[in-house]
Amino acid sequence: MTRSMRALAGACAVIALAAPAMAETLTIATVNNGDMIRMQKMTQPFTDANPDIQLEWVTLEENILRERVTTDIATKGGQYDVLTIGTYEVPIWAKQEWLTPLSDLPADYDADDLIPAVRGALSVDDTLYAVPFYAESAMVMYRKDLAEAAGVTIPDSPTWTDIKAAAEAMTNKDGEVYGICLRGKPGWGENMAFMTAMANSYGARWFDMDWKPQFDSAEWKEALTDYLAMMTNYGPPGASSNGFNENLSLFQQGKCGIWIDATVAASFVTDPENSTVADKVGFAQFPNKDGVDNHGNWLWAWSLAVPASSDAQDSAKKFVAWATSKAYTEQVAAADGWRAAPPGTRTSLYENADYQAAAPFAAMTLTSIDGANTQKSSVQDIPYTGGQFVAIPEFQGIGTAVGQQFAAALAGQMSGDDALNAAQSNVTREMTRAGYIK
Amino acid sequence: MARAVSRNTRIGWTIAAWFVALLIFFPILYAIITSFKTEQEAIAGFDLIPSFTLESYREVQSQFNYFRPFMNSVVIALGSTVLALIVAVPAAWAMAFSPTKRTKDILMWMLSTKMMPAVAVLVPIYLIFLKTGLMDTRIGLVLVLMLMNLPIVVWMLYTYFREIPGEILEAARMDGATLGQEIVHVLTPMAVPGIASTLLLNVILAWNESFWTIQLTTTNAAPLSAFIASFSSPQGLFWAKLSAASVMAIAPILIMGWFSQKQLVRGLTFGAVK
Repeated sequence: MTRSMRALAGACAVIALAAPAMAETLTIATVNNGDMIRMQKMTQPFTDANPDIQLEWVTLEENILRERVTTDIATKGGQYDVLTIGTYEVPIWAKQEWLTPLSDLPADYDADDLIPAVRGALSVDDTLYAVPFYAESAMVMYRKDLAEAAGVTIPDSPTWTDIKAAAEAMTNKDGEVYGICLRGKPGWGENMAFMTAMANSYGARWFDMDWKPQFDSAEWKEALTDYLAMMTNYGPPGASSNGFNENLSLFQQGKCGIWIDATVAASFVTDPENSTVADKVGFAQFPNKDGVDNHGNWLWAWSLAVPASSDAQDSAKKFVAWATSKAYTEQVAAADGWRAAPPGTRTSLYENADYQAAAPFAAMTLTSIDGANTQKSSVQDIPYTGGQFVAIPEFQGIGTAVGQQFAAALAGQMSGDDALNAAQSNVTREMTRAGYIK
Repeated sequence: MARAVSRNTRIGWTIAAWFVALLIFFPILYAIITSFKTEQEAIAGFDLIPSFTLESYREVQSQFNYFRPFMNSVVIALGSTVLALIVAVPAAWAMAFSPTKRTKDILMWMLSTKMMPAVAVLVPIYLIFLKTGLMDTRIGLVLVLMLMNLPIVVWMLYTYFREIPGEILEAARMDGATLGQEIVHVLTPMAVPGIASTLLLNVILAWNESFWTIQLTTTNAAPLSAFIASFSSPQGLFWAKLSAASVMAIAPILIMGWFSQKQLVRGLTFGAVK
């Protein structure tokens, strides 16, 4: 080998070694949900098309992720280039100018295909600040076989009276079958997500137009009384410890007649590999109280956003556009079947005959998401936005505090009235301290 | 008769001790059993005999590279411990053999810093790490964990050093030993059992620390505590995988604890019967 050939080979080696070092690294903060984990395994087409971008994943438990990302954004740390956040954070963080507007996504992204309710929840002043990876509302999942055996029918749009009657008829505590399973575990994203949606459907609201808490209203009293009565009479034991995962486990084992929770659960309970009741599940809209035109207005979307502190914004935008594109959905369908497609984000998915055939819950999921109005979640006038939460920074604290009172009432440690009184005084104190109540 | 009663009592206490030990160990045992179950078996209910599958371990390894957080844990736990000992041995020597009127106050003050909730100083430390480039680095975590565990290390060494007669050190001084020689060649060899148990305990504390290791890392320096945290899911039942990840995270420290249990027990009970 001549000297010049050796020099050339050496130069090539140096370039080869330097290439990865020149690539831009995107650090993506995410949660350990099935759809997110699937995305981590399917990034090959993106990295092939963008060889100058490397992906680093930070997967954390939801609350730790929220805490970690909040610290990073508030201190302008710039540790992350892509964030997985929900509909609670997006409006609050966008108003703080912590997120980069996503108004310049590529033309083939087709933002108009996003389901309007979801797009609205992720926009501030009509500007999109995050793109939805998967979205959910809440609906009724029930055992068709138990309902039939008990001689009850659950209509597509049931009232709470229908639900109470069906839960009573399906309950067989000796056989470890409980008529209804609802969230009881305290937390703003656990029992209070459900209770806020249920209260909405009873005509209640968190605050009046002067930000005065409304737990002393007749609507809240009726909602909590009915919740406690249903759970005490027809619910599983130890329900004050049950959150989404615990109820999912109970339902999959055939121990719940009715489960009212996030629509994303539908794919789990109808999965024959994990659910013993996969072929026996029916779906209905989130219930409302007779005469109240409100089905809870639950809406959540795990979404991808680019923090303003990221120094790789162009690459980050490329990635979020790819991960929430129609092409990615088709890639998932090709690899794992249409049933595994991330739900709730695009209208085109619900128009797809293959998806409709593979996902028996598709129509009800779309009805539920379409019907969710997060801009006005109560039939009464409200000063806030948000469906199963109130989109203010203080809600994590006050929501969890109220959730603890309600969980205590469910566990029999206090009465429903005492829980509501405690909630009223706690929230009044915190809202006064935060300057909402003058 | 007396011997029979004594034997019965001994047997009774032995059974009670085994019962308590099993009760304490049971959550770990159940995590180990669950890690060998399928996800369906894991959620199906209480069952102590799994069908035995390594599927969860395969999934965990395919989802994350175990080796990087493992090496980070080793470096951070050992690094912070060694650094803490380098600082704490002279400090404990000064307090044990050359006390002043304020020594007890200083010891109490050091301990009182452990009573402060870590989150209270999160933002300042976070900002310092950002400005100094220590964020998501092993050296940054080594420093933080060293500072965090230093009060305990100083206290433990102080207790051990107090057991060593001061006359031996005086004799070394009369033979012409310098301060450094006195600490390295006389004090340290005599205190090896105490230093070893302090070292072991500190390694365990640093290995298990999760607040700072999660808050101050993203990918490069994230240790096994962050590795476990990534398997907790708000929507979806992945108990077998979470158990497998937990077993992989605690196995090294469990094995180390098993082989060094005599030193550990001695370290934890030292001075308890004085």
